[in-house]
Amino acid sequence: MEEMLREYLPILVFLAVAVGLGIVLILAAVVLAVRNPDPEKVSAYECGFNAFDDARMKFDVRFYLVSILFIIFDLEIAFLFPWAVGFKDISMTGFWSMMVFLGVLTIGFAYEWKKGALEWE
Amino acid sequence: MIQADLNVILPELILAVYAMIALLLAVYSTKDKMGPLLVWSTAGLMALLALWIAGSGSGNNVAFGGMFVDDGFSRFAKVTILLSAAAVLVMGQDYMARRGMLQFEYPLLVSLSVVGMMMMVSAGDLMSLYMGLELQSLALYVVASMRRDSVKSTEAGLKYFVLGALSSGLLLYGASLVYGFAGTTKFEGIIQVAQHGEVSVGLLFGIVFLISGMAFKVSAVPFHMWTPDVYEGAPTPVTAFFATAPKMAAMGLFARVMHDAFGNAVSDWSQIIALLSVASMFLGAVAAIGQTNIKRLMAYSSIAHMGFALMGLAAGTVFGVQAMLIYMAIYVTMNVGTFAFILMMEKDGKPVTDIASLNLYSRREPGKALAMLVLLFSLSGVPPMLGFFGKFYVLRAAYDAGLAWLAIAGVVASVIGAFYYLRIVYYMYFGEEGDELDRNSSPVLWGFLMASAAVMVLGIINMFGVEGAAAAAAATLVN
Repeated sequence: MEEMLREYLPILVFLAVAVGLGIVLILAAVVLAVRNPDPEKVSAYECGFNAFDDARMKFDVRFYLVSILFIIFDLEIAFLFPWAVGFKDISMTGFWSMMVFLGVLTIGFAYEWKKGALEWE
Repeated sequence: MIQADLNVILPELILAVYAMIALLLAVYSTKDKMGPLLVWSTAGLMALLALWIAGSGSGNNVAFGGMFVDDGFSRFAKVTILLSAAAVLVMGQDYMARRGMLQFEYPLLVSLSVVGMMMMVSAGDLMSLYMGLELQSLALYVVASMRRDSVKSTEAGLKYFVLGALSSGLLLYGASLVYGFAGTTKFEGIIQVAQHGEVSVGLLFGIVFLISGMAFKVSAVPFHMWTPDVYEGAPTPVTAFFATAPKMAAMGLFARVMHDAFGNAVSDWSQIIALLSVASMFLGAVAAIGQTNIKRLMAYSSIAHMGFALMGLAAGTVFGVQAMLIYMAIYVTMNVGTFAFILMMEKDGKPVTDIASLNLYSRREPGKALAMLVLLFSLSGVPPMLGFFGKFYVLRAAYDAGLAWLAIAGVVASVIGAFYYLRIVYYMYFGEEGDELDRNSSPVLWGFLMASAAVMVLGIINMFGVEGAAAAAAATLVN
């Protein structure tokens, strides 16, 4: 037990440094910074013109759908890449496993296409 | 080599391939009415697979290097899961079709989640455990919010999703601790490390987190808070599904992990499970008293029942696992009948969930009221019904294992719990004059209600052989 805990000592030191540094930076801003607010300074900054809308607005659920679809195929690449790199060393089982995986993904893709998830309007 | 592996997982494979082919066929066919057809074909396929697994499965088969185990225990659980899922699909078909909720995705999502459940009870490795669990859960999250235009249903889906993700996180953290301290994710490797009296602190933390994650899935106190809201918000056929097959799968997974991976360290985890058990029984019994919505009431009832099933697991013996399996089989059968009744509760074609609407129900529908009376007596564990024998088995298992205090707590909790079941009986037979429910009688629902009630009465003769099957199943798990 003792031995095991000692191995984690560097992590403890790291955590202490990280927390300590964070506290120092926040306190420095409170103690040292010059504060002289005026309406122009505290208002939201938007590319050189006056802000014309609230930042908390509703956005279209379709953005969400697109991002979800993106993640699926992004993950597919994450699986494909090591598979392709190690292609010489994997057996036929490895090859066909990936083919089955791609097949399942393709079925999902065909479904969402037909359902119209890829159309914007 | 791979051929033999594929042979072992053939039932899961068939169901998964069926779901994918049916998905493509349904989405590319021009017909609109694929939903009812797919419900029937899915239910039929599940029933066939259940018969096949029950009839032809034998021995202990291991596939993919120990990742997947096909033994008597998993077959018992799989048959229960498949049959209850098929029954619930058929029961809910009419209800969902009339309300325009029967998209063809519903039966397919159910069948994919059943694939996940079959994977769960067959897991021989922390990896395959997690894969099965997530396949089951992700499909269930979507099914819970099947009614997209209802605030309650979407709330149920979202709540289930967020809390389910939290429980997955707990489980994964526990799994990583177990892997770190045992050096393997295989159950047969973990059990070598987790010997009685030599369980390291890290491994113990891993076990605790694993148990927390699984307690979420069986909705044991203190990880139960999602249950009433999800049960209430989800469409009733989906609630019926939640109350049956996933519960059996989660309990099967629980027993599988505790005995296959930590079977040599029973004393280290049995107290934790005993605590979950006693808390679930009492909270389920007390919190249901104030409920007027029958779906919420069934949620608390399921929490209490999970407490009793966990009592069998807490015993940590072969008999304990047998008692748990018998209890779950009886529980699932009772719930199928009870939800068939709840699905019939309608007024002017709209579903009613208020208990007070059952006032004097027995005068109008004596047959259905009598069947419901039998089921409620059985749920509360009144002696001549089968539910009593389920409770009796787990109590005896706990007592034999030296957990007499747990058995006594169970008796007290079941007496408290009897109140709210009997209150429904009171409303049905002696209530005040009130608005009448519709006198619809769907033959399918009526059949399931009557069959389930008949099983509760006739089952006391020999339990239809479930007792022997459960004993054989438990013997393959615990050794």
